[in-house]
Amino acid sequence: MYSTLDVLWVLYDRILRVSPATVDDPDRDRFLLSKGHAVAGYYAVLAAKGFIPVDWLDDQGGPASRLGDHPDRLLVPGVEIGSGSLGHGLGLGVGTALGLRAQGLLDPRAYVLVGDAELDEGSNHEAIAYAGATGLANLTAIVVDNSSATHGWPGGAAARFTVNGWTAATVDGHDHDALHTALTGQDNHRPHVVVAAVDTGE
Amino acid sequence: MRDSFIDTTTALLAEDPRTALVLADISAAQFAPAAARHPDRVVNVGIREQLMVGVAGGLALTGLRPVVHSYAPFLVERAYEQLKLDLDHQGVSAVLVSVGASYDRAAAGRTHLSPADVALIDTLQDWTVHVPGHPGEVPALLRATVAADTSAYVRLSVLHNDRPYGGDGSLRVVRDAGPGAPLLVAVGPVLDAALAATADLPVTVAYTHRPRPFDVAGLRALAGTDVILVEPYLAGTSSRVVTTALADRPHRLLALGVGRQDLRRYGSAEDHTRWHGLDAAGLRRSVADFLAPALVRA
Repeated sequence: MYSTLDVLWVLYDRILRVSPATVDDPDRDRFLLSKGHAVAGYYAVLAAKGFIPVDWLDDQGGPASRLGDHPDRLLVPGVEIGSGSLGHGLGLGVGTALGLRAQGLLDPRAYVLVGDAELDEGSNHEAIAYAGATGLANLTAIVVDNSSATHGWPGGAAARFTVNGWTAATVDGHDHDALHTALTGQDNHRPHVVVAAVDTGE
Repeated sequence: MRDSFIDTTTALLAEDPRTALVLADISAAQFAPAAARHPDRVVNVGIREQLMVGVAGGLALTGLRPVVHSYAPFLVERAYEQLKLDLDHQGVSAVLVSVGASYDRAAAGRTHLSPADVALIDTLQDWTVHVPGHPGEVPALLRATVAADTSAYVRLSVLHNDRPYGGDGSLRVVRDAGPGAPLLVAVGPVLDAALAATADLPVTVAYTHRPRPFDVAGLRALAGTDVILVEPYLAGTSSRVVTTALADRPHRLLALGVGRQDLRRYGSAEDHTRWHGLDAAGLRRSVADFLAPALVRA
């Protein structure tokens, strides 16, 4: 089973306030795929939701394709960040959340999807600590946890966030209703993390 | 220069709601009044330089114009991948402003020296680089840089010339030795030493505070056969630009700047200037060797 597809589908189907018609709307939600290698599901969901033509999927990685093995925001409509090198999305997400707030855009949120192994990158911890300390409440992180972090996380991935003041929920990463409930469970004063647990190695 | 940067940026934050400032503790105390007035646009992330640049990228993605500030080695070297990916690869821009330069805080040791910063920035695409030679040059170039939409690196130093030269960064002839004379291009705060070193030599001396984009047209108009580059950062940083610009004509290039070796010495910035041969006496020796023996009668 594909570890990230269900999370992506729930986000685009039930959570994110963005559509092909609003990809440049300042009031849209921002989804940042930090775990850039999860493109198969990402491109599939973008195609299913009309952001990109379905037939683009046939030529991923080809010399004339806009779809690489990591996404490029300048090539793919609806993609908010180019990613691939791990550990960049949360920092960009913090900046995005701050930028929205600074411009009085109080409705949209920044959602950043990372992998549990990606959390090994130290740059994530700069972002987690800062966002928690400053109560950056318009930021949501989603950790797809397939137990691939080489040395694991004491107390689970959520503990890495809650120690810095985030609210957290850990749910079955394939249970759409549970994901929806978790993704809408943020409070108004703290950043929120949803750990989507999937089978080891998915 | 740092005070001038702080004053100008504080004014820009008040004048333009699109301007934001991202800090990693360095200069946070000096920006405290601005932070009190614009708490949503003055962001101090603490000692987290990767986040500092990542945040700048995120702010830029929402349409703000971030100014990012720290010591040169922490801003450029430590956070290089963030510069490459969180700004350039995202197609967004920021204005980086550093202090510390090559060896301003020489007594702090190698960790606070950054002679390679401009060379690193030069690996990125289409960045503007300013290396002001006097505090009086900072306000105008900073304002113009923040008003633009491209990424820029402004490299501040405690070392400076006796007076500002300003301009837009095009090569400015400070001493004209006539057509065909060797051309010395001094970048930023090394100008006074270069002028002193060549005071009795038939060398045209030109100044710029903007090594990127280098004034190629001005170089081609002024250069004869011999070109001398004097840069206050890693020696040879602009060599490829000069040799490319003059590829269609015979020429010789002497590229002077800070050496690559870790001297493992403390002292003052002036000491390091001397040890790297960038004081007037050192420059004189290098230029004389380059031009000798026919030209120099010193």
